[in-house]
Amino acid sequence: MKETLGRLARIFCTYGVRTVSLLFAVSLISFLLVSASPVDPVQQYILGLGTAVSPAQRAEIEAYWGISVPPAERYCNWLTGILQGNFGYSALYRRPVAAIIRERFWNSLALMLCAWALSGVIGFLLGCVMGMYRDSWVDRLLKKICYALSSVPTFWLGLVFLLIFAVWLKWFPIGFSAPVGVRSRDVTLWQKLYHLILPAFTLSLMSFSNIALHTRQKLVDVLHSEYALFAQARGEGRWTILFGHGLRNILFPALTLQFSSFAELFGGSVMAENVFSYPGLGSAVSAAGLNADVPLLLGVTLFSALFVCTGNMIANLLYGVIDPRVREVGE
Amino acid sequence: MEQKKEALLEIHDLSVSFRMYEEQGLRQSNLQVISDLHLTVYPGEIVAVAGSSGSGKSLLASAILGILPDNAAVGGHMHYKGQELTAAWQKRLRGTEIALVPQSVAFLDPLMRVGAQADGHRRPRPVRKRKSLFHRLGLPEETEQLYPFQLSGGMARRVLVSTALLADAQLVIADEPTPGMSLPQALEALRLFREMADEGKAVLLITHDIDLAVEFADRVAVFYAGTTVETALAGDFKKGPDSLRHPYSRALWRALPQNGFSPIPGFQPYAQNLPAGCLFAPRCPHKTAQCTTQAPPVRKVRGGEVRCYGA
Repeated sequence: MKETLGRLARIFCTYGVRTVSLLFAVSLISFLLVSASPVDPVQQYILGLGTAVSPAQRAEIEAYWGISVPPAERYCNWLTGILQGNFGYSALYRRPVAAIIRERFWNSLALMLCAWALSGVIGFLLGCVMGMYRDSWVDRLLKKICYALSSVPTFWLGLVFLLIFAVWLKWFPIGFSAPVGVRSRDVTLWQKLYHLILPAFTLSLMSFSNIALHTRQKLVDVLHSEYALFAQARGEGRWTILFGHGLRNILFPALTLQFSSFAELFGGSVMAENVFSYPGLGSAVSAAGLNADVPLLLGVTLFSALFVCTGNMIANLLYGVIDPRVREVGE
Repeated sequence: MEQKKEALLEIHDLSVSFRMYEEQGLRQSNLQVISDLHLTVYPGEIVAVAGSSGSGKSLLASAILGILPDNAAVGGHMHYKGQELTAAWQKRLRGTEIALVPQSVAFLDPLMRVGAQADGHRRPRPVRKRKSLFHRLGLPEETEQLYPFQLSGGMARRVLVSTALLADAQLVIADEPTPGMSLPQALEALRLFREMADEGKAVLLITHDIDLAVEFADRVAVFYAGTTVETALAGDFKKGPDSLRHPYSRALWRALPQNGFSPIPGFQPYAQNLPAGCLFAPRCPHKTAQCTTQAPPVRKVRGGEVRCYGA
């Protein structure tokens, strides 16, 4: 027990160091990129004010944003602020970046979790069906669908779904995370879910084909393995082999793949949230990018890096929990 | 041994070939890996199948169990307890009447603990019987908690042997069960097979280790290039080359370390280019014109069976 705790502590320390150094690198690179880019946050801020400003006022604003400070010092100031929990102030929304991220993260998380679980379950089940009925018409049809879906861009698929399900069939709302004209504290959970279905489904279609095709191939490999042959020699039927040996051996790579898909998921959510006008991190980051809202852009960038890093860490930890071979090497 | 007893397994003219595609283009060709094979196994006996690598010994096991790959074509006749062995019947017999001891640790599920794996998919689990078998085979108590990758080669083979003995089958086909085991362990495994046979069951022991096989087997079938060239009584191998009937069996005997270790020139023919006539003719010192054109039929000679015009 003590050994296990010690091992866990060691693993978390290792990952902690890695995560922190990665975040540091991401902060530095994204800061350099923004500094080198032609965006002018001051100009955007002034435009956002909607009134003309005198040169004196402009100089005051520039001083407030620290334009005259050399970049290295600016970076240090920004980083110290972040370490103290101060992500700065969004020029676009006129609110603290941390508050915006916190609020929108929950919307995005709900969307991404639904899409993630949906794509994992659908992908795994379809992969099993394709593997069990390899080269039958079912397999060939599903494979074509998977290839088609993985080559179609998410935003296009989202538009098509909007057109079919929201505009023509009117089954689902056309956008947002809640009905228009209802105060946010009056929105029910059901209404939230109702607004979530279409974007989540669209987002899940992006990644499930990957899982399905991967699972199919893994299952085909397992069914052709020597241990499946031996199971057959011992009188096990196809389905006994699937449940007794197949799932055990394909679930592990599928889970790993699923957890390491956080990066694609986040990328896909930017598209999906924009198409469905869904108020999450994805739509915030594209708004920040288009409006040169540097503090918000950098804040979301850092946050998404943390998010993806966490997904990969979970994938790595799961390796050890599920696969005894990796567990032993780790010990 | 009483020859009047009804045979448990009878194999006549068995052939196994694989449909293959040539490297270039889509031309299909057949790869004949087993041809005109004859073998009979009676209840109460151990029949050793001896021969070099690539002579089709493992495929024989798959053919009897009906678990050859999809691109394999099987010809000839197999009878089990006097009845034609059909695919549906093979399926019912697998794991209940006929059990397999496969060759290597790769035949164990890499993510399943060894104990649960030896018990198999049938319920209730034969836990007590398995524990005593593990004990007899010299597998420590904690082996059941291990995963296949944690086993040594010898341990893995003993686990595989235990799976077949647990099935309580009438016929065990053991494919190279002893390599990697120490001599006492191998002897114990073979003793277990001997006990099984003495209870009226039968064992088909596929092996390289002729010395060990001869000690425990009743008869030895000598395999060459996918066919049985001779079935001899185990005692004939102990007596020496003069009691053996086929020139290849005699060559095999002479190639054993204690009998001079002397090989004969040439190689076993590959399945792609089998010679016409007797498969051993190209390497045979006594071949005649007939040998190279027409395959010799099976003949009974001095209580054994042989396929040679000269015997």
